[in-house]
Amino acid sequence: MTETATAPTLELRDLEVIYRVRGIDRQVLRGVSLTIGRGETYGLVGESGSGKSTAALAVVGYLPSNGRVRSGSIRVNGREVVGLKGSALRRLRANDLSMVYQNPGQALNPSIRVGEQVAEVFRTSGARPAEARERAQGALAKVQIADPGSVMGRYPHQLSGGMQQRVVIAMALANDPALLILDEPTTSLDATIEAEVLDLIQLLRSEFHSSVLFISHNLGVISKMCERVGVLYAGRLVEEGPVVTVLNEPRHPYTVGLLRCVPRGGARKDRGRLDTIPGFMPSIDEQLPACVFADRCAIAQEICRIEEPPMHQISPRHASRCHFHEKARDLPRATPRDLGQPLVVDRSTTPMLKVDALAKLFNQHGHTITALAGVSVAIWPGETLGLVGESGSGKTTFAQTLLGLVAPSRGSVELDGRALAPRLFQRTQDDIRVLQIVFQNPDSALNRRHSVRRILRRSLKKLAGITGKAADARLLNLTEAVRLAQRYLNVRPNQLSGGLKQRVAIARAFAGEPRLVICDEPTSSLDVSVQAAILNLLVELQAERKVAYLFISHDLGVVRYISDRIAVLYLGRLMELGPAAVVFGAPHHPYTEALLSAVPTIDGGGRDRIKLAGEIPSAAAPPSGCVFHTRCHRKVGKICEEVEPPLLEVESGHLMSCHIPIEELRRLQGEVKEVSTREAG
Amino acid sequence: MSALVPAAPATQLAEARVARRETLRQLVRSKTLVSGVIIIAFWIFCAIFGYRVAPHDPLGLLYPQLNGMSSAHLFGTDQLGRDVFSRVLAGARDIMLIVPAATLLGIVGGTIIGLVTGYFRGFVDDAISRMVDAVLALPLIVIAVTVLVALGHSTGTLIVVIGLVFTPIVSRTVRAAVLAERQLDYVSASQLSGERAPYVMFVEILPNVMGPIIVEGTVRLGYAIFAVAGLTFLGFGVQPPSPDWALQIADNYQLLGTGTYWWTVLFPALAIVSLVVAVNLVADGLARVLER
Repeated sequence: MTETATAPTLELRDLEVIYRVRGIDRQVLRGVSLTIGRGETYGLVGESGSGKSTAALAVVGYLPSNGRVRSGSIRVNGREVVGLKGSALRRLRANDLSMVYQNPGQALNPSIRVGEQVAEVFRTSGARPAEARERAQGALAKVQIADPGSVMGRYPHQLSGGMQQRVVIAMALANDPALLILDEPTTSLDATIEAEVLDLIQLLRSEFHSSVLFISHNLGVISKMCERVGVLYAGRLVEEGPVVTVLNEPRHPYTVGLLRCVPRGGARKDRGRLDTIPGFMPSIDEQLPACVFADRCAIAQEICRIEEPPMHQISPRHASRCHFHEKARDLPRATPRDLGQPLVVDRSTTPMLKVDALAKLFNQHGHTITALAGVSVAIWPGETLGLVGESGSGKTTFAQTLLGLVAPSRGSVELDGRALAPRLFQRTQDDIRVLQIVFQNPDSALNRRHSVRRILRRSLKKLAGITGKAADARLLNLTEAVRLAQRYLNVRPNQLSGGLKQRVAIARAFAGEPRLVICDEPTSSLDVSVQAAILNLLVELQAERKVAYLFISHDLGVVRYISDRIAVLYLGRLMELGPAAVVFGAPHHPYTEALLSAVPTIDGGGRDRIKLAGEIPSAAAPPSGCVFHTRCHRKVGKICEEVEPPLLEVESGHLMSCHIPIEELRRLQGEVKEVSTREAG
Repeated sequence: MSALVPAAPATQLAEARVARRETLRQLVRSKTLVSGVIIIAFWIFCAIFGYRVAPHDPLGLLYPQLNGMSSAHLFGTDQLGRDVFSRVLAGARDIMLIVPAATLLGIVGGTIIGLVTGYFRGFVDDAISRMVDAVLALPLIVIAVTVLVALGHSTGTLIVVIGLVFTPIVSRTVRAAVLAERQLDYVSASQLSGERAPYVMFVEILPNVMGPIIVEGTVRLGYAIFAVAGLTFLGFGVQPPSPDWALQIADNYQLLGTGTYWWTVLFPALAIVSLVVAVNLVADGLARVLER
């Protein structure tokens, strides 16, 4: 083993992986070469279909049965692993590699107690049962599970998503692997939980000396976690270098485009559109030009289609696979910035929609769950109200209650000063038309047995009352408005990409000239470049049609970009409500402050992270007094535990529910900001 | 995306067509499915033309009685001197009418109940589902015999009785599929267009649960054959002088004790077995391709 002591932990050389689909070999990885040194954290970033998960599966030898490594090599600790079989492969997985998947709920066996599952890892490496259990408990303590003894005796479904992922990480680190592969480990978690899991991974890294391959589509997470990053596009590594360099001085047009798609640094819709990347991610069976990105590249020239660009070394550690890497930074915008006349919202008139003390209680196994505890909010024509909060905060229940899908337990919803019937079937067709929704998951939102034309024509008939020839004309208008090419009308949704499906869903919501469209995380299932295009579309539709949006999202960058005002929800209660700039700038509610600090940013630095204690409490037994006091880092004392603070207007148009006076908050939060900028500077 | 969404590759559309053709090809390539279809096609042919293609009159009393297999009587003759081969061919008629009709009735009834209970849930679901449970608790034959005795035997009654007995069983399968489907957002989206419940159930949801319904239908076909044969054997089903297979067995099974006249029972029994096996082959083949 002496010769391998100096070898890098992972070394991929010209790795080519193919999947055999219907008898034809399709290339998924095209000559990927990368090296991860000892103790290094390497980020692999790319959109869906770029091949990042395939790379990970190839390393651990878990390619699907129709996939194989065609050529190239994978070396772990200097030892070739391509072609390993049987016990040799098992030994590799047992001793050198560990993998953490995106969905911890699926990675754990639902019918075996947590303690046993963790102990099993130790038993396979030879520990006796009693010893294995002891070490399992130690491992759980190491991933900061508060009461490992009791967690050992529980089943996975009794743990929250964040806890489950901690358990999976504990199992992954049990064999002290040389290489830990994390495949989107926090994508399914809430921002605050994600932040804690990321902190934990960073802490454990310093303790375990494992090298880490960190796969993510989230540039902010990569920026926070990794030292070096590789950008994967269509199975080819197009750029590689230190994270700070690649994210701040990208030299490949794809990286440049990707970074421009992300709404960040306080980007707002009234200051211009987001940039996009033209075209689509190529599908697996497409013929690609020599430079795989040439078809979508604004600076591509003839040579890009004929000659494959080499990995140009820009600095000793930074390389870009582009013939024109010097020009990449000046990539022309794909979408013009100017947006025409910004929409001015007039809040002196009566609001279009007025929600008053809306409450919803569910009865679950004899417990009363307060999903909404009296939320009051108003929405004016043409404005976007952003709604943020962790899962379990009541965002979706709020949307469903407005739409009439569930009846409120108390409170009322008024449209133009007239009360709306609580249930959908009691509402008039006109009231139904006015309130529409774009769902989070376009796969589930469109009937897979109906063609796009059928879906949209039916909506036109029901929502706009248009049939026959007139419907055909309107159909064209509608598809044009959502930038959907006509040839897609005849296909079924499953033949469309995620972004196209979401356009169909948006077209359906807009079929009957709605006045308020609820957007329930409409871009969270989409890649960033597609997300940018959809956000632009929503902003354009709003400017054209003066439609109001209730925009639900956990992505604070997106919410900030699109919202005029923002409402922060916690355990079914409004914590804060105010103009976007005010809510995002200090002073704000301690919960908002914590949420904002949890989000990893691409630019890095900035705020110190505020650690929220524990997880969101159960809505069946909300804490007394201020519901946030159990996790609040600015709790002032007994009053927080005993008296629920009222939602008061602390400044013009800015409502907050906190016992701390606004001036005090301004002082406290101002200090933090100063400290962190000083540290950064 | 600035002006227009750029062209998706034409291959993407072709891909879908290829996928559909692929499904069809898999169905055709499935040996279980194809052999099942061939056997069923043969019995359908016999159900329609059996009387005409039979070498002898299936009801004609010939001589000699209880003759063994010979070139004149391939499967021999029974105790009344009727040609067993002709009777096996012609005996397909009643069962091949009753079985599909009863199954269809059960599937249609079960689908409607399953859609209603799965879609509305709550009180409607509880009330109907308890009734379904009550019916399921009784053995099929007991219910069928009771009703047939009360209403008298006729082909129509037999179809209705078996169909009604199948309805709750089918409704459970459909309800389970609808419950899963109802969680999907397109159902809410449809309601938010102001669609009424029948439209949502039959136009939006039904096409998405057709897979399980088709598979359930083929499985029910197999059970329907047993039901018809069983009831006929007990004397509550098809009535003489039909050459129905189960009736033939019922007429002749006492002769089996002697060990001599086995052909009178074996061939009609084989006919029933071949039909049941064929239906199950088709069910397996379909399930494997449709429920991937």
